[in-house]
Amino acid sequence: MKNSVVSLENVSKHYKSLQALSSINLQLAQGEVLGLFGHNGAGKTTMMKLILGVISADAGDVTVMGMKPDNKAAWHMRAKMGYLPENVMFYEQLTGLEVLTYFARLKGKSKTHAKALLEQVGIAHAMGRQVKTYSKGMRQRLGLAQAFIGEPKLLLLDEPTVGLDPSATAEFYQSVDQLKTQGTSVVLCSHVLPGVEQHIDRAMIISGGNTLALGTIAELRAQANLPTQITPQGLNGVLADDSLLKPYLASTGQLVVPEQEKLMVLRHLLADDSLQDIAVESANLEQVYQYYLAKTERSKADKMTTNNSQAGA
Amino acid sequence: MREIITVANKEFQDGLRNRWLLSITLIFAVLSVGLTYFGAAASGTVGLTSLSTTIASLASLAVFLIPLIALLLSYDSFVGEQEGGTLLLLLTYPLSKNQLLLGKFLGQGGIIALATTLGFGASALLLFIQHNDIAILQTFGYFIVSATLLGLSFTAIAYMISLVASEKSKAAGVALITWFFFALVFDLALLALLVGAETGLSQSALTQIMMLNPADIFRLVNLAGLDSADVNGALAIAIKANLTQGQLLFILVAWVAAPLAIASLIFKNKKL
Repeated sequence: MKNSVVSLENVSKHYKSLQALSSINLQLAQGEVLGLFGHNGAGKTTMMKLILGVISADAGDVTVMGMKPDNKAAWHMRAKMGYLPENVMFYEQLTGLEVLTYFARLKGKSKTHAKALLEQVGIAHAMGRQVKTYSKGMRQRLGLAQAFIGEPKLLLLDEPTVGLDPSATAEFYQSVDQLKTQGTSVVLCSHVLPGVEQHIDRAMIISGGNTLALGTIAELRAQANLPTQITPQGLNGVLADDSLLKPYLASTGQLVVPEQEKLMVLRHLLADDSLQDIAVESANLEQVYQYYLAKTERSKADKMTTNNSQAGA
Repeated sequence: MREIITVANKEFQDGLRNRWLLSITLIFAVLSVGLTYFGAAASGTVGLTSLSTTIASLASLAVFLIPLIALLLSYDSFVGEQEGGTLLLLLTYPLSKNQLLLGKFLGQGGIIALATTLGFGASALLLFIQHNDIAILQTFGYFIVSATLLGLSFTAIAYMISLVASEKSKAAGVALITWFFFALVFDLALLALLVGAETGLSQSALTQIMMLNPADIFRLVNLAGLDSADVNGALAIAIKANLTQGQLLFILVAWVAAPLAIASLIFKNKKL
């Protein structure tokens, strides 16, 4: 893919004894939002550092906007990238505006630009206060403002919504959607979060440095073949007697139906006049994530032929 | 260049904000004015003492203070940012490691240089007004230049420590040991060598060994220009060795450049 903003081909990276990433392949198109999921130590941050060019890959090719990010010649391109590290303590004794102005200047932007960004993330009222007086949420917003400096073409955000309250989280996703329409590619790195699904185009699940899954959420869901939960109301007792529905009935009174039989079951239920309400819930990202994690745990356990496998989503 | 200036400006502002500039300037000014006026109190008189006595006393105090101040100012420069996560962030910016290093050096070095000039310059001016002797300005000029270089040298050494250390507290410990070594242990060891070596150390060998300590070079620069009557001991021998003040200052500059170059190398290979 020539017009990929980020391209990783067979990328591996190891620290002394730790294999941080092995044979990762990823193409990120312009304006695409990728959710990068994995638990702590899965290799998320290493992948971001590789894309940022802070570290170099041991094997494979990393290309960002057509250049090798760890190459000196690619430095000017860094002004087009925004990064929010997972844990960052900004200079406590400086005011919010001073911190952001410093970072803006380093990217060749002005104080006015910094002010506008503080406005955008909603902490303009506190820009004259020292950062040490900021709450966790305000620090996170300052970090986001920092990542947004210079209208980046590529944004790498590590745990962007940690510490944000629900309305701030909603605002944050709004800005992501807005950046996406402007053609910015975004990598959202996180533990699985509720509500992230609508805002990402594709998801990548990694564990122990290996890609477990990569695709749109619909694709992943189909691959995982996770059942849909159907909760009908008003059909007391009928479900257990119905020979068609009985096999799907779970102990909680819900129906757990494979994706491909969903419509058939729904039609059957709707035909019943006593049905008062019905809720249909496809597997969410959290379940898909757990499924892929458990699947590797299982195959690992099989390989080691131990019997203490903890598999089971 | 814009990047270096931006970093330097931030570091300099930090120095102003933390009152570093003010405190160092005050310490130096009180020290030098005090010594200028009351240096002779030990011999029973109060008033302006001779230039050589003043410089000799100032040099022996500054040789302890300046390295300590420089190390204190800069030991957490990198390890502090590393702990806070801003070092990693800065390196994702269009800013090379050397630009960051040089920027910090210019900013914090600027604080040291300005404080030294203002602090010691105050008493130079005072003496000049009283005596109206141009030699005073010249001697103090050498003193201020060499004191600044000594400060810069230890700033660069502090960067080496800050880049190697994994934690701020460890960096502080190493900085303290470094200071202790250069300010005290080195000279004691030298003295022991002088007394203990049976064949006796040749004059040039002694001078060469002293070149291994920027603090000793600083002493030599300043004492070399004085009447040897005010200087005695091992230093007097070394002074008689044929090194001009200019040469000594040049070696001091090397003591700034070398640690800075090593710091740059360490930074280059540092894992983040």
